[in-house]
Formats: sequence, structure tokens, C-alpha cells
Amino acid sequence: MHIARNWRVKKQRYSLTGEICHHCGSKVFPPRDVCPECAQPAYDPLQLSGKGEVYSFTTVYEPPANFQEQAPYSIALIKLEEGPMLTAQLTDVEPNQVHIGMPVEMVTRKLMQDGDEGLIQYGYKFRPRIMAH
Amino acid sequence: MSKQTLLKPSRAVGIVGYGAYIPQYRLPASEVSEMWTDGAAAPPITEKAVPGLDEDTATIAIEAARNALVRAGIAPTDLRAIWVGSESHPYAVKPTSTIVAEALGAAPMVQAADWEFACKAGSEAIIAAIGLVGSDMADYAMGIGADTAQGRPGDALEYTAGAGGAAIIIGPAEKSLAVFEGSISYVTDTPDFWRRPKAEYPSHGMRFTGEPAYFHHVVMAGQILMETLGRTPEDYRYVVLHQPNVKFPSRAAKQLGFKPEQWETGLLVGRIGNTYSGASLVGLTAVLDAAEPGERVLVVSFGSGAGSDAMSFQVTERIRDRRLLAPSTEDYIARRTVIDYATYLRYRGKLLMK
Repeated sequence: MHIARNWRVKKQRYSLTGEICHHCGSKVFPPRDVCPECAQPAYDPLQLSGKGEVYSFTTVYEPPANFQEQAPYSIALIKLEEGPMLTAQLTDVEPNQVHIGMPVEMVTRKLMQDGDEGLIQYGYKFRPRIMAH
Repeated sequence: MSKQTLLKPSRAVGIVGYGAYIPQYRLPASEVSEMWTDGAAAPPITEKAVPGLDEDTATIAIEAARNALVRAGIAPTDLRAIWVGSESHPYAVKPTSTIVAEALGAAPMVQAADWEFACKAGSEAIIAAIGLVGSDMADYAMGIGADTAQGRPGDALEYTAGAGGAAIIIGPAEKSLAVFEGSISYVTDTPDFWRRPKAEYPSHGMRFTGEPAYFHHVVMAGQILMETLGRTPEDYRYVVLHQPNVKFPSRAAKQLGFKPEQWETGLLVGRIGNTYSGASLVGLTAVLDAAEPGERVLVVSFGSGAGSDAMSFQVTERIRDRRLLAPSTEDYIARRTVIDYATYLRYRGKLLMK
């Protein structure tokens, strides 16, 4: 378990904190050092709304280590309302209920745990929206 | 009664935001009855909420807290305390509250700690928050009660041990959607239910959990608070009691002099199970979803071991706009996926994977 690596990204993982480029105004997730649009440095943090829709998805039946107990589960490309696209696990939904264009919202859930004695990793997943707006 | 009996800060405070969360999976109590008694046992509730594989007390607390923040209309950095009460913290050592504070964006300038008092940990955290804001040390503080309760397979608690939680933000009375009128706590060493450090499941004193534990503490706390405030049950539109099953709170509310129409709105255990540290607080959120300005709510928690916190609130005009800002407790109850006993065992991590 990489303690420092996970600790370093906790803000983006727990709450979907991205960045806004103060040179060109692009909204960016995950945070990075250089704006992918205008190649300028220096970013300001941006709290993303967590609202988006499923752009595409697939279902995992043969999961990697530490995810076996969750199979089968869906992984989706999520297009956020603010623009960025990201990959995330879907939750609270059966794979056969997922469809392209499905409105989803971010929730913070357990991603995995390192056995019974190791750390629990938390982070964003997406589920069907509860409220219409 | 003297001022020393009533807990009330010199600065007027109240609830500025509230939020609930209930996992979507439901285990009908009939599944447990079928598995262990061939269906002979009459279940104490209809069904209980079960956490999904990726849910625990921290994730439940985070979603309830986010709903409370939206309703309060404050920035996460305005919170000066985040206190999480639970008997199912994900770690034995490492705070749930720092995970919640970080997820909300409230860290690092914030008090954070975990509380434990069986099912009373959440209401205790709220009273501490009332003290913090009431003493003018802070303008906003959050108390949370959340649990993913454990029940030994086949035990009476397996029917009811549910999952869910609620977050309450305390702030100045002039910004509140419900003004705090006072509280009292009633605590004795009464061993009705316990779990030793490395035990997987709790133990309980069977019938002993009733009269000397639940009923004595809940009724005494409720009675003393009403007497201290010079109130009678007629002054309250709603009463919410800790709810380990349907029978106990209905009987205790009746003993206190309340009528069914006063307790029905906040009595959710039949549909979501006992959410332990969340139970009376989730009931309170359901009442706040329905209450009109001017109406009063009496809340009495109960934690085994044993004790009760009784709190009195009066709802203000601000309730009307604020409650629509986040999913209602009824929205979460309606979001419902029924599972069978085998799926329940899987979701509760009772299958040996290696």
C-alpha cells in the first residue's frame, strides 16, 4: 500500500477538487501542473459540482487484486457538467441498468482496502442522481 | 428544577442545517425469520437498510454532512468542529472525523474527533456542538450520528441492526431553522448491551434491555426535560425517540403522554431498521422535512450502557426554503433495492473470500 501516493491525492479523490486555469479559464480534472489547453502553469483549486452523465461504460467481471469481492461492477467515462471527462466506478446500480447519457452524481465511497489490517482507501464514484436538479 | 439541571447555553443557538443518508439496500425481516426459524418468529420490523460493499460509517457520515452543509448555506471552512458519533467506526484507531472533514473541505482548521456511547454517541456530539457555539467559541459546529450496525447471525438484533446516519449543524439562533430550547442528559451504569474490543458481534441482556435500560432512561430524560421547561406533551407537535424496534419507542412515547400522530412522522425503524447512533437523529431529519414554523420537537436518544439525551427545538420560518435544498429523508427511504439473505451476507462481508 502506497501511503504517500494516496495521501497526496486525497483532495481530488475525496471531493472531486479540480483546478481552473487563470490564464484561459479551462476547468481541469485531475489537477496537474500545466493547463492542457493553453500550456500555462499556476492553477487555482476548483470545487467541481460532481454532476455529470455517463459518456460510455463497461462492466468488469475479471477484476484486479483488491476488487474481486465487488465484481461484477461498472466502470464509466463520466462527462462532468463543467467539462472535464474522467473514469470512475459506478455504484448503487446494476450493470444492466446503466446507459449512455444517464445522469449521475459523485459520492465518496470505499475504493478498496488493504486486507483486514491495512488502510481503507476512499474516493469518488458515481451513482444515478437522487434529485432531478 | 434549577438552571443546573437544564443544559442551555447563554448564547441562543439552533439547527442551521441538517442532512440524512440511508443506504439503498433493504433486507426484509422475513428473510431472517425464514433462515433461522422457518418463518415462525414474528419480525419486529418490516425491513432494514443494509450498506453496500463500498459503504461504511465514514461514507454515510460524508453524504449526510454534505446534505447538512447545503441546507445550512455555509462554507465547509465555516465549521469549527466535526464530531462523529458511532459504534462502527471503520478503524479502531484512526479518526472517522478527519476523513469526513477532508471530504467536506473543512480541514485543517477544525476540531475533529470520534465519539462512542452505543446509540447515544451522535446526540452527545450535538450537545457538545451546542456548547461550543453557545459559548461563542465558534459560530458553526457539526455533530453526526452514523452506523453500520452489527448483528450476530440468527440473533434478535439481526432483524433490526441497520445502517444510516444524520448530520446536524449547530449555529446562531438568528440563523436557525430550529431554535434549541434546552436539553438534559440522564446516565447510569446499566449493562444492557456491549461489545468487547475484538468481538465481531455485540452481546445483550435480552429482556434486561427493556425496563431498566431503554424505558427508564428514555422516559426519565423526556419527563425531566419537559418538567424543567414547564411543558407538557401538548406543547409538542412531534416527538422522536431512539428506535431499536417499533414497539419500544411507541410504548415509551405513550408512557410520556404522547399520541401516535406525534411520533409517527419520526418513527422510521420499521422501514430502515435501527440505525444506532443515527436512529433518533434520522428521525429528527424526517420531522424537519415535514414540520411547520412554530412547531416544537422533542428528541430523546438512548445509548446502551446506558443513557439518554433529551433535546427540545422550535422550528422557525427558515425551514421552508432550506429543506428543499437536499434530498429528503423520505427520498432516501423510497430509494430501495430489496436483497435476499445470501446477498446480505455478501454485502456485510460475512463470506470468506480467502
